[in-house]
Amino acid sequence: MTQAVATHEQYEADFRKLQESRSSDPGWLKDLRNAAFGRFQEIGFPVARKGNELWKYTDVRPLAAETFPQPAGVPASVDAAQVFPFDDGMARVAFVDGRFSQELSTPLPDGLVAMSLAQAYTEHSDDVQRHLSQHAPYADEGFTALNTAFLADGAFVLSEGAVQTPLHIVYVTTGRVVTHPRTLIVGRPTSELSVVESYVSATGGKHFTNSVTEVALEEGAQVTHRRLLIENQEAYHVATTRVHQSRDSVYRSLVYEAGGGLVRNDLTVLLDAEGAEAHLKGLYVTAGKQHVDNNVNIDHAKPHGYSRLYYKGIVDEQSKAVFGGLVLVRPGADKTDAYQEDKNLILSHEAEVDSKPALEIYADDVKAGHGATAGAIADEALFYMQSRGIDPEQAMLFLVRGFVSEILDSVTIEPLREWLVERTTQALPRFREAA
Amino acid sequence: MADLLLEVRDLHVAVGDNEILKGLSLAVNKGEVHAIMGPNGSGKSTLANVVAGKPGYTVTAGDVLYEGESILTKLPDERARAGIFLALQYPVELPGVRNRDFLRAALDALRESRGEDKVGIRDFNKLMQAKAEELGLEPDMMKRNVNEGFSGGEKKRNEILQLVVLDPTLALLDETDSGLDIDALKVVAEGVNRFGGPEKAIVLVTHYQRILDYITPDFVHVLIDGRIVRSGGRELALELEKRGYDWLREEAQAGAAPSA
Amino acid sequence: MVAEKKPPVISRTSEVESEYKWGFVTDIEMDMAPKGLNEDIVRLISRKKNEPEWMTESRLKAFRYWMTLEYKEPRWAKISFPPIDYQDAYYYAAPKSQEAAPESLDDVDPELIEAFNKLGIPLEEQKKMTGVAVDAIFDSVSVATTFQKQLEEAGVIFCPISEAIEKHPELVRKYMGSVVPYTDNFFATLNAAVFSDGTFCYVPPGVKCPMELMTYFRINAEGTGQFERTLIIADKGSYVSYLEGCTAPMRKTNQLHAAVVELIALDDAEIKYSTLQNWYPGDKDGNGGVYNFVTKRGKCAGRNSKISWTQVETGSAITWKYPSVILQGDNSVGEFYSVALVNNYQQADTGTKMIHLGKNTKSTIIAKGISAGKAQGTYRGLVRIMPGAENARNFTRCDSLLIGSECGAHTVPYIEVRNPTAHLEHEATTSRVSDEQLFYLMQRGINEEDAQYMIINGFCKTVFNELPFEFAMEASQLLKVSLEGAVG
Repeated sequence: MTQAVATHEQYEADFRKLQESRSSDPGWLKDLRNAAFGRFQEIGFPVARKGNELWKYTDVRPLAAETFPQPAGVPASVDAAQVFPFDDGMARVAFVDGRFSQELSTPLPDGLVAMSLAQAYTEHSDDVQRHLSQHAPYADEGFTALNTAFLADGAFVLSEGAVQTPLHIVYVTTGRVVTHPRTLIVGRPTSELSVVESYVSATGGKHFTNSVTEVALEEGAQVTHRRLLIENQEAYHVATTRVHQSRDSVYRSLVYEAGGGLVRNDLTVLLDAEGAEAHLKGLYVTAGKQHVDNNVNIDHAKPHGYSRLYYKGIVDEQSKAVFGGLVLVRPGADKTDAYQEDKNLILSHEAEVDSKPALEIYADDVKAGHGATAGAIADEALFYMQSRGIDPEQAMLFLVRGFVSEILDSVTIEPLREWLVERTTQALPRFREAA
Repeated sequence: MADLLLEVRDLHVAVGDNEILKGLSLAVNKGEVHAIMGPNGSGKSTLANVVAGKPGYTVTAGDVLYEGESILTKLPDERARAGIFLALQYPVELPGVRNRDFLRAALDALRESRGEDKVGIRDFNKLMQAKAEELGLEPDMMKRNVNEGFSGGEKKRNEILQLVVLDPTLALLDETDSGLDIDALKVVAEGVNRFGGPEKAIVLVTHYQRILDYITPDFVHVLIDGRIVRSGGRELALELEKRGYDWLREEAQAGAAPSA
Repeated sequence: MVAEKKPPVISRTSEVESEYKWGFVTDIEMDMAPKGLNEDIVRLISRKKNEPEWMTESRLKAFRYWMTLEYKEPRWAKISFPPIDYQDAYYYAAPKSQEAAPESLDDVDPELIEAFNKLGIPLEEQKKMTGVAVDAIFDSVSVATTFQKQLEEAGVIFCPISEAIEKHPELVRKYMGSVVPYTDNFFATLNAAVFSDGTFCYVPPGVKCPMELMTYFRINAEGTGQFERTLIIADKGSYVSYLEGCTAPMRKTNQLHAAVVELIALDDAEIKYSTLQNWYPGDKDGNGGVYNFVTKRGKCAGRNSKISWTQVETGSAITWKYPSVILQGDNSVGEFYSVALVNNYQQADTGTKMIHLGKNTKSTIIAKGISAGKAQGTYRGLVRIMPGAENARNFTRCDSLLIGSECGAHTVPYIEVRNPTAHLEHEATTSRVSDEQLFYLMQRGINEEDAQYMIINGFCKTVFNELPFEFAMEASQLLKVSLEGAVG
């Protein structure tokens, strides 16, 4: 408890410092930071263990009790080919320890605006003010409140028309620090955009990433959003993604997690107008002592919405995977068609999977459902392959690759897909040794 | 003087903004068998569904008269009790509802509307057994849930079983022949023929002329793009078999062009 | 402290809209404990029942623990209710005429026999239901138990729990609280302190109970809580099928019902437990009705044992119950079949917990929820596979049907797996009666209302099939009555 107080004091000192150092920021931004920090001081981190349904299976007390310094000084230099070798053919906006890196960023294709938020406050003041902190409310979310309190730099993306080149937004952490990456993606009406948002560690050792991403899809916009978490195995990673969909917009998401020590990924998609469509896929691969919690809410607020969620997990060694899914169909959201599914492959006797795929339905003319499975690789399948002369390890690898292909096949950027398939098996020590 | 049973007058029907029937007229007398033929999407099923009162269609103009009265404002169950039967193209599965209970409820509803007593269990079972045997159906089928887990052929035969048990006046058969092998087709045709008679009328909606080898139509109508483009006797079906629908479609387009 | 005498309750049914046909009040003189809850009341209940010292102590221990809970009920379920004033209720109410335990049915107040007759539960020798032994409980006491002799001959003990405490203390002491300890949850603790009556059943090794056993619970008195306690033990290789039914008069105020049911199945034993829950649901505007906060749990203690719960829940203003199975014995089987229907302003948060401990354990969950009117229905279920539960299997299917646009249907499953050899499947759907199905039935001449009932009844069929035949018919009837006005 005293530790938690100490961390709060640290956050407060850092917050004061930030407000002073960024005195030239617009007034509304400083006010926003102030209000958010005030709220954070009131609610803190969601550490309660009793009656805390949203955090039932994930205990963030270790994270709350630890202090991490703010990044200071000149960021270490980062070797792109080493740290994120998967963005061939993409445009890139890079951040190192939370700060925009011109050096690691590339020129952008036509129709695409992607820049540091710090720059966007003045250059795209209208869009930023219209969307920033409008979709990710912090009133009841300690982590979002903290991120908003430390809002300084981050990524601002605006798409107009059909952008062919995928954009890579990468957040690299180089040491034992806390960062609060903030991303705002705005899809203009009928625009098309493909974004890869990735989180990587340049080194080993603990650090804390507390990210918030807001995605606003205006009428008829299509955004494909792939979020990759490949930080080191000790990192604390709390991610909050809030998506707002307007009429006839299509949001496609892939959440890929093969990294982090204690991970919580919160994704909420609000289908706030008729005809909105969301396709959410996820793949989590855990081993060692990793704890990965995905909490996905699909909020159908208007009629004729369509959503499909498909998450898969492979859970090995002493790791623990949590899936919490909620399909909410609000009163009046008739003709909603929603389905979610979570499938888990458990590879070890010490691993644990907790899955809670819930439905909350307040409209009668709907189709909604969910499915969940958990289990091991079927012995029959292994035997079948062995009987054809394939050794058990190889057979296992085949089956695991087959299991993940349903998710990864949706990745249309070929080099990325190949890298992810490879990365998935490398995330499981049993295959690392075999290879 | 022919005894007019069903009269469709200049019927225009839309689903949403899409007009499907564009002025269709048809008169069916008691004792007659009519075949409605046409390519996919021409509106054949729509016609059958609208006569039976299936929701989801908007009648934008025209009328449907049954026994001299407009039925467009009547509920599907009222039309059914008045003697209109529709064998569905895709019979619906009713989980947990036993075939026997379902059919008995339907028969009782019919009898009740005529002021008759409900059917006794024993009479009903006897009737069912007799009818099932005639159609070569496993008696076991009556204990299963309505259409649940039925094969395509079983579903179609189940429709015919309902037809002969409920014994309506007008039978609309919507592609009851499609998906059947030749043996099943014969059984279905036999059931339909047994049903037919001077007091009954049959409207057969079909894509193929094959079933007409077993059920002889008095009239064949060709429906293209929401209109009947040609009517004739049995020989028209044979001609269609030989020549397909394209020549009629072309003729129809040529005929429609000047007025457009 | 002396129990105060209460004037007979006057029927007020006429003031309330009458659609709930079990809503009558029996005009009978009652013996009530004073309102409120304290150690004296707990002792008074124990004394009224002539309980031995150990039972009184056990109640007091539970009561003292309950006081530490500071009147804070669990509030995590998807139900809402105003604060309950636990001091403003009667914790003991018995028909005056039953003060001295009746030796035979001849000693039972004819008013009471008539009350049960009206409920369709005849108790007299010549009218008894065939093949079903009934324990009839009126407010806090058991009125009569039929077929006791025949059951005795088979070695089956079937009697009010108060009688079992007196005559079979060794069994009661061994098993009561062994599945649901008094610390389990707020309502179970309260029950352990103030439970009134309930049913006890013991089936000896190798015996297949020769008939269905049934308990019929009737709340009659106003402002009373009902806290029955049921304990069923199936010894090695035995089988018993048990059914409970329940109703209450229509009252404008809410009544609290907090029962505890414990089942124990030893090696190769099987218990089938069926419930038709039809407590008064409140009126159309949500006034009155029973708060049904119930803890039901079975333990498959032995190898190859099986416990099966079937419930049809149509009554109560609020239902909060999760009949569960602890699958401890290897190869044991747990089942949960449920139909939960809510209409008007009813709320139900119900489901099950299947806790797999033993090897090759298997559980099946089939839950059907129907929401109509302005009601909210929630399925909440936990399947937990513990590390030692090799080759555990679970299949869960939850379907919800919505009738009308102002109700809600929710599904909250919790799946916790700590063993890689487990295999779990969970499926859920939410929909309304399909237009295609409705049209098909109507095209065959069946009117819309009947068509709706047929489809809804079909929706529940897999669960009804688990009930003994007569009760399946009854359940289907209940469904129809409870949905009146909601469909068509």
